[in-house]
Amino acid sequence: MTDLTRLTAAETAAAVKDRSVSAVEVAQAHLDRIAAVDDRVHAFLHVDADGALAQAKRVDDGELTGPLAGVPLALKDILTQEGIPTTAGSKILEGWRPPYDATVTARLKAAGVVILGKTNMDEFAMGSSTEHSAYGPTHNPWDLDRIPGGSGGGSSAALASYQAPLAIGTDTGGSIRQPASVTGTVGVKPTYGGVSRYGLIAFSSSLDQAGPCARTVLDAALLHEVIAGHDARDSTSIDAPVPPVVEAALSRDVRGLRIGVVKELSGEGYEPGVQARFDEAVEVLRGLGATVTEVSCPHFVYALPAYYLIAPSEASSNLARFDSVRYGLRVGDDGERSLEEVMALTRAQGFGPEVKRRIILGTYALSSGYYDAYYGQAQKVRTLITRDFQAAWEKVDVLVAPTAPTVAFPLGAKLADPLAMYRQDVASIPANLYGGPAASFPAGLSEGLPVGLQVMAPTLRDDLLYRVGGALELALPPAVPPLAWETA
Amino acid sequence: MPEITREEVAHLARLARLALDEAELDVLAGQLDVILGAVAQIAEVTDAADVPPTSHAVPLENVTRPDVVVASLPRDAALAGAPAAEEGRFRVPRILDEE
Amino acid sequence: MTTTSTVPTVPYDEALQEFEPVIGLETHVELGTASKMFCGCDTAFGAEPNTHTCPVCLGLPGALPVVNATAIESTIRIGLALHCDIASWCRFARKNYFYPDMPKNFQTSQYDEPLCTDGYLDVVVAGETVRIPIERVHLEEDTGKSLHVGGATGRIHGADHSLVDYNRAGIPLVEIVTKPVTGTGAMPAEVAKAYVAELRDVLRGLGVSDVKMEQGSLRCDVNVSLNRPGEEWGTRSETKNVNSLRSVERAVRSEVERQAHRLRNGERIVQETRHFHEDTGMSTSGRSKEEATDYRYFPEPDLVPIAPDPAWVAELKAALPEAPSVRRRKLVAELGLSDNDSAAMVNAGVLDVVLATVEAGASAAEARNWWLGHLAQKANERGTEAVELPVTPEQVARVIALVGEGTLTAGLARQVLDGVLAGEGEPDEVVAARGLAVVSDEGALTTAVDEAIAADPDAAEKVRAGKVAAAGALVGKVMKATRGQADASVVRRLVLERLGVTEG
Repeated sequence: MTDLTRLTAAETAAAVKDRSVSAVEVAQAHLDRIAAVDDRVHAFLHVDADGALAQAKRVDDGELTGPLAGVPLALKDILTQEGIPTTAGSKILEGWRPPYDATVTARLKAAGVVILGKTNMDEFAMGSSTEHSAYGPTHNPWDLDRIPGGSGGGSSAALASYQAPLAIGTDTGGSIRQPASVTGTVGVKPTYGGVSRYGLIAFSSSLDQAGPCARTVLDAALLHEVIAGHDARDSTSIDAPVPPVVEAALSRDVRGLRIGVVKELSGEGYEPGVQARFDEAVEVLRGLGATVTEVSCPHFVYALPAYYLIAPSEASSNLARFDSVRYGLRVGDDGERSLEEVMALTRAQGFGPEVKRRIILGTYALSSGYYDAYYGQAQKVRTLITRDFQAAWEKVDVLVAPTAPTVAFPLGAKLADPLAMYRQDVASIPANLYGGPAASFPAGLSEGLPVGLQVMAPTLRDDLLYRVGGALELALPPAVPPLAWETA
Repeated sequence: MPEITREEVAHLARLARLALDEAELDVLAGQLDVILGAVAQIAEVTDAADVPPTSHAVPLENVTRPDVVVASLPRDAALAGAPAAEEGRFRVPRILDEE
Repeated sequence: MTTTSTVPTVPYDEALQEFEPVIGLETHVELGTASKMFCGCDTAFGAEPNTHTCPVCLGLPGALPVVNATAIESTIRIGLALHCDIASWCRFARKNYFYPDMPKNFQTSQYDEPLCTDGYLDVVVAGETVRIPIERVHLEEDTGKSLHVGGATGRIHGADHSLVDYNRAGIPLVEIVTKPVTGTGAMPAEVAKAYVAELRDVLRGLGVSDVKMEQGSLRCDVNVSLNRPGEEWGTRSETKNVNSLRSVERAVRSEVERQAHRLRNGERIVQETRHFHEDTGMSTSGRSKEEATDYRYFPEPDLVPIAPDPAWVAELKAALPEAPSVRRRKLVAELGLSDNDSAAMVNAGVLDVVLATVEAGASAAEARNWWLGHLAQKANERGTEAVELPVTPEQVARVIALVGEGTLTAGLARQVLDGVLAGEGEPDEVVAARGLAVVSDEGALTTAVDEAIAADPDAAEKVRAGKVAAAGALVGKVMKATRGQADASVVRRLVLERLGVTEG
């Protein structure tokens, strides 16, 4: 009998639709898989077996239909789901059950997608390894001693260990793409404003973007179509048609496409194996009929420092609401302490070290006397980076670069050095500052570990990502994780 | 340029309502110094460039909603997540500050 | 009671002979939109706690704001009415500080890009027009309300814990800030009060707010500084919680008196926030601004810029109602009110309500008499101003109409107005509930007259004998028997008729 957890989302949906398998069977197979392996991977923070089976039954009963009806999905724990514990990987939200669905969640439910549970992440999406989760790290299915990327390491690990064929991530500086890169999966950060942020617990509002994660390009595109589109609840949501991503994924055709290799996103800091796989993948694309040129984006080198001013600044404000009054943790309310003391204690104990570091950094960057030197300057860098992108679009259709400078590193390797951790995002951040779409696609292995190729495209041209990804997938079939630990 | 003192970190912690202990203040002062030293390089380029700042990644303007009442949360749902509630309100310890 | 009476002062007039005042006013107005600033929750006043809340106005994780279109329009209309420039492009900003009434621990406000800037409002004080320069008009959101439990006073100090209600959190709030106002000479307090009164009339005329100071939909912060002539401006204090017209005047007056004493004695003025207490009319020192909070403003990333279309702004401008001052001049002229009359009404602050009462159908004389008479007296008893009484010009006009059609006597009309002031409802409801209509059934009155005559044969005999003055006692009996609901002149006629006397 077919292992239902090995099917793609498209295959699963087709099987459910023609009733060769029931959605309940598919959901149960994945719940069984989670029960079998997640004690070692730790992709999930919460598994909602009852909810998943009930939703699957509604699909089987014909109440819910659509291109992904009956397909299981792992939801990053930063998106609210009514009545289901939502923590954003933080102690400060332990036990909170939101009274409302994020727009992404609501669209998934309406499309008959079966939400299996909530996945692990770096606390409030601040990190590149999922080690900053208050609930313990997630392990990379390619090597359990290595990181699965972050912040959305739970989602990427769930895909790579066949606990779900689809997942939702969020990407502020690379949190969809870098985990995809280091787990050999597909991760897409749509155009900012392309997918509603309503119900996405804010880290950095001007950068955060939810997007699809999957094992195949087509699956990601199908999921993209379900979650994207205008939402009146999000003022930054773009009121325009969703780019034709599924059609693009199916075309698998890059003939005549002008691809620019970003000169500044290579060289020092990029592992030789990563650079080699990237170069080979670019050659594959050239062989498929794309034209390849090198493009200089001189301000990209300032993206990382600008990001580490903008994101913490916005975070310091976004995270002020966790104050022990309306929801979440309260520490030290002994009847004697004042509210001010209780708030400060709650926040000191409820937030982990990385979150506190960024709150302090952001508070500093916004404080009077420093605003112009830091936050204000960082926003100017944003303008310069946007101009780099716009200049590039005069010459090429898409830009490419390695998604991350390294393959998955060992757990604990960068915990003591925040700057080393931050450098994981060096290649992914420019797209966030600009707002355009970007994705990571599997580009082979280096020393047995996955490498990702990043594609960046103009605003609202998300379809171009899928054209490149689809063509690459066909010409360079992704490696399958050995999962040797399963039988060890 | 940056030279973050422990006292500055303590001030920031007060602004951010974080009761950091002495050890945390020491560690953060050192780390902030390093991080700010690394990010200070943006001044190289922005000092020279006369460009406007970008606050929003999308070029949208005038996004509004009509002034129409929609249903609120049931009060039980609004209060359900509260660490403490009383008489239909959120209960908090005594407040020191007056704003 | 006046716990702050120990603060030494210099009498107001004396202080202003020695020092020049500079005043500034920040006025917050809750807009009368149906829904909140950034979500669809109802704004109705007085609902059960936390029943008008949702993920957005509770600041739940993940919730996002969307701007209320009507709030933008109302703010622009206010700006236009105050002769401001309207921004062609502006953004909201986050004002970051922790306070439990504020769900997100930042207030979505405007900082260096307000919607409206650089206007003015002319007010008339003691016959002179004073131009109050307006710095800015911007839009923000209101906070929730805390109930302080366990202390003796219900105040924040000494309370055991507090209970928070977020129904008001997120109500659209417009802040109107004056530039420093100089040259008010001997009348800074009077000018401040006249400005707030005029502003309130402008806002009422625009229909953008119910401007009820007693419900907090219009509230003021008052800045005052003093300097000796020829010297630089002094250090200012900011008095918060000034929530009635009378208090605006008192707040300025008491600060002038307090600061003058300090300055005269060579003491410095501390730049601080002071809290005004309605009960004592005095303020007490609050947070020192010298350790001011760092609000860490930055552009609100969750909201996109507002860029009002100039053509639309021009339409709004063309459609503005007449300014109260213009309307007032016209009506005064139309009604032929004497200068003395209108001056008296201006001084009592009732000109606008009198005119509104006239517009609601009353005669100018009746309207004037009620507002300067009975209602002024009631206001005085309550320690407030006639215009701040919980009675509308329409209600006063209705009472006057009831007198005109003979349903009420003047005495009954006073009782009806007292009922309205006591919150018993509309005039007609009070008439019905209290049974106050004039007894005009002559049959019933004749019976009462006969009973009175029978009960006092001596008086009756005197009247019959030609001592018409003695009829007063009989009329009084009838009035008492009918609990004041009869028309005394009708009763008198009936008494005389029954006794066979005709008045010569």
